[in-house]
Amino acid sequence: MELLMAILIGVLFTAAVYLILSRSLLKIVIGTGLLSHGAHLLILTMGGLGGASPPVLAEGVTDFADPLPQALILTAIVISFGVTAFILVMAYRAYAVHKTDDMNQLKGNDEHD
Amino acid sequence: MEFVLLIFLPIVAALFIPILFKRIKGIHTGWFVLVIPVLLFIYYTTFIRTTMDGGHAISELQWIPSLGISFVSYIDGLSMLFSLLITGIGALVVLYSIFYLDKNKEKLGNFYVYLLLFMSAMLGVVQSDNVISLYLFWELTSISSFLLIGYWYTRDGSRFGALKSMMITVFGGLMMLGGFILLGIMGGTFSIRELIAESSTFVGHEFFTLALVLILLGAFTKSAQFPFYIWLPDAMEAPTPVSAYLHSATMVKAGLYLVARFTPIFAVSEVWIWLVTGIGLLTLFWGSLFAVKQTDLKAILAFSTVSQLGLIMSLLGAGAITMHTNEAIFSFAMFAAIFHLINHATFKGSLFMIAGIVDHETGTRDIRKLGGLMSIMPVSFTVAFIGSMSMAGLPPFNGFLSKEMFLQSMLAIRHFELFNFATWGVIFPVIAWIASVFTFIYSFYFVFKTFAGKRKEKPLPHEPHEAPVGMLISPVILATLVVGIFFIPNVVGKWLVKPAVMAIQPYQYSHPSEVAVHVSAWHGFASPELWMTVGIIIIGGLLYVSLSKWQKVYAIQPEYLSLNAFYDATMTFSEKGMNRLSRFYMTGLIRTYLLYIFAFLSVTTISVLFIQDAFVVDMDSFSKISVYGVINAIILLLAVAFVLFSKTRLGAIISLGAVGYSVALFFVIFKAPDLALTQLVIETVSVALFLLAFQHLPKLNDHGEKKSNKIVNGIIALGVGVTVTLVALSAHSQKLVASISQYYKDTVATEAGGGNIVNVILVDYRGFDTLFEIAVLSIAGIGVLGMIKLRLARKGDPDENK
Amino acid sequence: MKTNDVILQTTTKVVFFIIFLFSIHIFFAGHYTPGGGFVGGLLTTGAIVLLLLAFDLKTVQKALPFNFTIMTGIGLLLSLGTASGAIFFDVPFFTHAFDDFTLPLFGVTSLHTAMIFDAGVFLVVVGSAITIIQSIGGDS
Repeated sequence: MELLMAILIGVLFTAAVYLILSRSLLKIVIGTGLLSHGAHLLILTMGGLGGASPPVLAEGVTDFADPLPQALILTAIVISFGVTAFILVMAYRAYAVHKTDDMNQLKGNDEHD
Repeated sequence: MEFVLLIFLPIVAALFIPILFKRIKGIHTGWFVLVIPVLLFIYYTTFIRTTMDGGHAISELQWIPSLGISFVSYIDGLSMLFSLLITGIGALVVLYSIFYLDKNKEKLGNFYVYLLLFMSAMLGVVQSDNVISLYLFWELTSISSFLLIGYWYTRDGSRFGALKSMMITVFGGLMMLGGFILLGIMGGTFSIRELIAESSTFVGHEFFTLALVLILLGAFTKSAQFPFYIWLPDAMEAPTPVSAYLHSATMVKAGLYLVARFTPIFAVSEVWIWLVTGIGLLTLFWGSLFAVKQTDLKAILAFSTVSQLGLIMSLLGAGAITMHTNEAIFSFAMFAAIFHLINHATFKGSLFMIAGIVDHETGTRDIRKLGGLMSIMPVSFTVAFIGSMSMAGLPPFNGFLSKEMFLQSMLAIRHFELFNFATWGVIFPVIAWIASVFTFIYSFYFVFKTFAGKRKEKPLPHEPHEAPVGMLISPVILATLVVGIFFIPNVVGKWLVKPAVMAIQPYQYSHPSEVAVHVSAWHGFASPELWMTVGIIIIGGLLYVSLSKWQKVYAIQPEYLSLNAFYDATMTFSEKGMNRLSRFYMTGLIRTYLLYIFAFLSVTTISVLFIQDAFVVDMDSFSKISVYGVINAIILLLAVAFVLFSKTRLGAIISLGAVGYSVALFFVIFKAPDLALTQLVIETVSVALFLLAFQHLPKLNDHGEKKSNKIVNGIIALGVGVTVTLVALSAHSQKLVASISQYYKDTVATEAGGGNIVNVILVDYRGFDTLFEIAVLSIAGIGVLGMIKLRLARKGDPDENK
Repeated sequence: MKTNDVILQTTTKVVFFIIFLFSIHIFFAGHYTPGGGFVGGLLTTGAIVLLLLAFDLKTVQKALPFNFTIMTGIGLLLSLGTASGAIFFDVPFFTHAFDDFTLPLFGVTSLHTAMIFDAGVFLVVVGSAITIIQSIGGDS
């Protein structure tokens, strides 16, 4: 399962990076969204996918899933929500102010070095 | 009393200066400042009794004990002498500045803060026993000198001179730091005393000569030695009190101090003796030669300072020979060096103050416009005359004594038999003599072209008159010393010079009285230095009289061949070169920067993985593939494909949501209920967010990105993907340390009283993470609120940078 | 553009409370079973988002007259306060305490200071998420 997940994560990262490198503002925002999904799965996979039951104490259960990556990911999910919202607003505000979403035109000019 | 704290007294006092300057308008701020150096001077004189007996005083303040770095004030003969110079001349200069700088026109708040900053820094340099704190104070003197030269910062010349001095001295300072660190590596300590004590153990070390050269670079740049002297003439843009204080009496002598301080360590080296003596003598010659070319009073003095610093430097080098031979004549040289250092501070200080007075009272420093001021400014003339004659090396002034000793030492070098000196040594007295002739000429040039002769027809900017009494006090005191020292050289020698000589040559003396030097003005007709002096007076006199005929010779050297032109070219070249370089890779496009980052990420990670042989896949540790897992993976892949190839915004956003939901399903499959729940809700809210903002979003459009760029993007993206896959597999397969998770599992019920381990980790074990995370979330919220609700009214002006 | 969403609005009125109560439950249950401040907070946010979808921004603001920005601040203070409270009992920053108490109605209940911290998290999540959504929704 880990091998499958590793490849899946690779695909997610590839797609995310490809979108982030594009010239369109919206694609960059979507790319960062994909990137965080990839990162969450990466943490989970690195920690190991075994574990017969959720990391919740219960009678007679000893084989838990690893709780630490889960805690880290939980934090990361919420943060990525905040960041996505922030980038989204920044992107569309930039679009509204500069009337373009072409990154090549948003690079500034020599006047403002 | 912890007198190490006194080093910081001026800096602490500086904190109050701006307040005093703002609040008390009636009294010149300088009067308050004056108290500091006077108090310190009086305090430091109490150490004379200790140092006269060859003793020392130590006071320590810990700073970074774990790295062996501390503030140690170590006062021996040498440090004491310098501390007295710094505070003594400092007091006179502050007094002078009170009359020189107008309290209503000048920014005295700035001026005295810089000056006090310098005073602290300089005291720190000469008293620090720890090389790291010495370096710190050393750079602080460079910075305060920068600020003082740039004091009239509206003038181009001031800013240029300030930058130039900063560039050169900080360059030297950095080199010196390198030398110090090498010393620390070799000796295993940063304390100068301990380094000196252990110096014999690392003489043969491979870094020894490198450390020596680096430290000398620091000393040579600071003390304006050839070819680094070029910053000193430009530093004359500073107010004259500053020139008198920093650029003649104290700061430029820090390099000499450094050379003297490290003599016990490095004097065994041939390189040290050749470099210090040779560069010193070259600087002496070069400075005296070009002083005659100058037409600005302060520029003449600047070149003469360069020249005199070279003289002292060469004496320090000659004095270092004592480590190799027992001939008494060389112990003479060290005495002469310290003695001339004191003498130079007295006569050059007074000359700078006179130059300042002339500038102040006539409005010009151009020697071609001046002349005949003798009858109008008699006191100034007398002081200038005393100073110049002392500088020229004539009796009955202190300069005569030390100049004689200098010639004597240079003559002695011929007899030194090691290091090829027997062959080349004869050059030294010849160059010394020629330089002395030019010294004689510029001394006369300075005083008589200004004060003697007829008034020029063209009127001066101000009608000249004698300076106010207050302004004359300091130069007169210094001139009195110039004459006084001539008559009591051996008292000065016993109190100040011999303890300092002992500090420089601890391998030779155990008590100052062992320095068997007796200064006398008359050595009898048989002494060669007497005839050398007579020769200087005759030849120098003849050349001075015919000056107008041969001064044009200097025009032969074209401007573009000068060291200054070299400095300018280097500055321009590096500025333009750096500009071009950074423009080449800083394109302003985010894509470019991201390409660098991603390419670097994949290349370094993959190479480390394979070079270190870190890539391991342990198939056995893999868990079983589940059917749900495979199905969900297919869903995820499809959703990603939809995101990538969607033509519409709506399609892309919905597909992104689908990716999120399928990730949530993975969390379910991998037994992470908290995550699954959170991911589901978050995804819902996120999609809602995107849809809310939908009307504002730009359309999907690739803006006609070039095919080649797209291919590059694809390759880089693939590289990152492969890297991450490899890292994921590798990280899963090998665990270097045991996971802390077991601890959480074991203690969750007993220590934290909970059952849901994930939640307990969040709120208890790793509560810090959570605290900061909610802080970040709040910041994101406030950021969004700010961007939308608190938008500044700049409609119609789309450019935020305006 | 006004559409007739009678069905959605009517269901929302009921469903909102169900989700909200569920989120409270999940929040309190968090220490022993899946749930906690984050999930609880997000579920509440989800419920409010549903309200926003069914009605418009102004109606929701009238129905829920909270200042969500200030709610974020209160949440942060609550969490930080719980964490720093430990200092006054001479134990390291962030040390939590818990014990079993016998309460009327609930019987023996285990009470945690960690719960107060989690309540702070809950408030911050709801506060900032709704702040973001309201800001974007209110942007014309």
